[in-house]
Amino acid sequence: MTDAAIAYPHGDPHHLRGMEASRVAHAGPPSKRIVTGYGFWIFILSDMVMFSAFFATYAVLLGQTAGGPSGRELFNLRNVAIETGFLLASSFTCGLATIAADYRNKTWFHLAMGVTCVFGLAFLAIEAREFADLVARGAGPTRSAFLSAFFTLVGCHGLHVSAGELWLLTMIAQVFAKGFRADIQRRILCFALFWHALDIIWIAVFTIVYLLGSAS
Amino acid sequence: MTSEYERGGHADLAPGEESQDGEVSLLQRIAGYLTGLGLAILLTATSFFIAGTDLVWQPSIPVALVVLAIAQMGVHLVFFLHITTGPDNTNNVLALAFGVLIVVLVIGGSLWIMAHLNHNTMPMDQIIHMQG
Repeated sequence: MTDAAIAYPHGDPHHLRGMEASRVAHAGPPSKRIVTGYGFWIFILSDMVMFSAFFATYAVLLGQTAGGPSGRELFNLRNVAIETGFLLASSFTCGLATIAADYRNKTWFHLAMGVTCVFGLAFLAIEAREFADLVARGAGPTRSAFLSAFFTLVGCHGLHVSAGELWLLTMIAQVFAKGFRADIQRRILCFALFWHALDIIWIAVFTIVYLLGSAS
Repeated sequence: MTSEYERGGHADLAPGEESQDGEVSLLQRIAGYLTGLGLAILLTATSFFIAGTDLVWQPSIPVALVVLAIAQMGVHLVFFLHITTGPDNTNNVLALAFGVLIVVLVIGGSLWIMAHLNHNTMPMDQIIHMQG
């Protein structure tokens, strides 16, 4: 039992964490897991800053349809709702996969990651079909500044999901071949951050592009 | 009760990692994700419902959609990314706050500047009229 436990028999009754913090100050540099995760968190935030530039471009070019179709005429909200459902469900199963990784349970990890992969592919398939349909109707990215901005923004998110799919398959293979080593666990942590962050960006996409584009 | 010191750990958490006080059981962790999923479904469904309804005052719809989106982002941050207000999460929250600041500056600044440009620029037909 440590001194802190003697001084505060009920843990830290006032949630001051004073004793703990003073000890931690002498505990040396943080673990590699924290440093790696934090660095990747900074990357994700920079990625969001990049997306914010695409969102700003889209918002500025929203009315520049050059006589072509506007969002209200093009968007199919039922498709978007299904896409959203798949991505949200994949975010949930990705969370279950991280829990399985913490418990070092290969079966559940592979199962959850496999389901995440399928949901992600379903999302990509619906998006690819939507893009192909738009191009076939003469509403491709070259039609107007509005459509250029639309394809850039939504396509960039789609590219991120595609990259995430490749990373997901890599993690399945690495856990299969190498097991839950510390470095693999760090990669799983970063992958989960990436996948959940993509879902957050999708919230902005479906609200600003599709819902606001159809409502107004 | 295992303190962080006894585990040889630190007062910081990696982003995306759940607080590991040794008290969070497997079921509680799954329940956390289920809560997040439920709230996210509720907010998403409300968004899609409001976007297509005639039941509410129309000018309020864009505001409502933006508020719902921000709320859902908060739900995802807390329940999926585990970015919380706990003292072990301070660094992650500060980085997020800086990111949000830049995002607001980029989007708000672009819209502001471009709106003023449009406002101050003479329409093309007027320019042609003046030249002729």
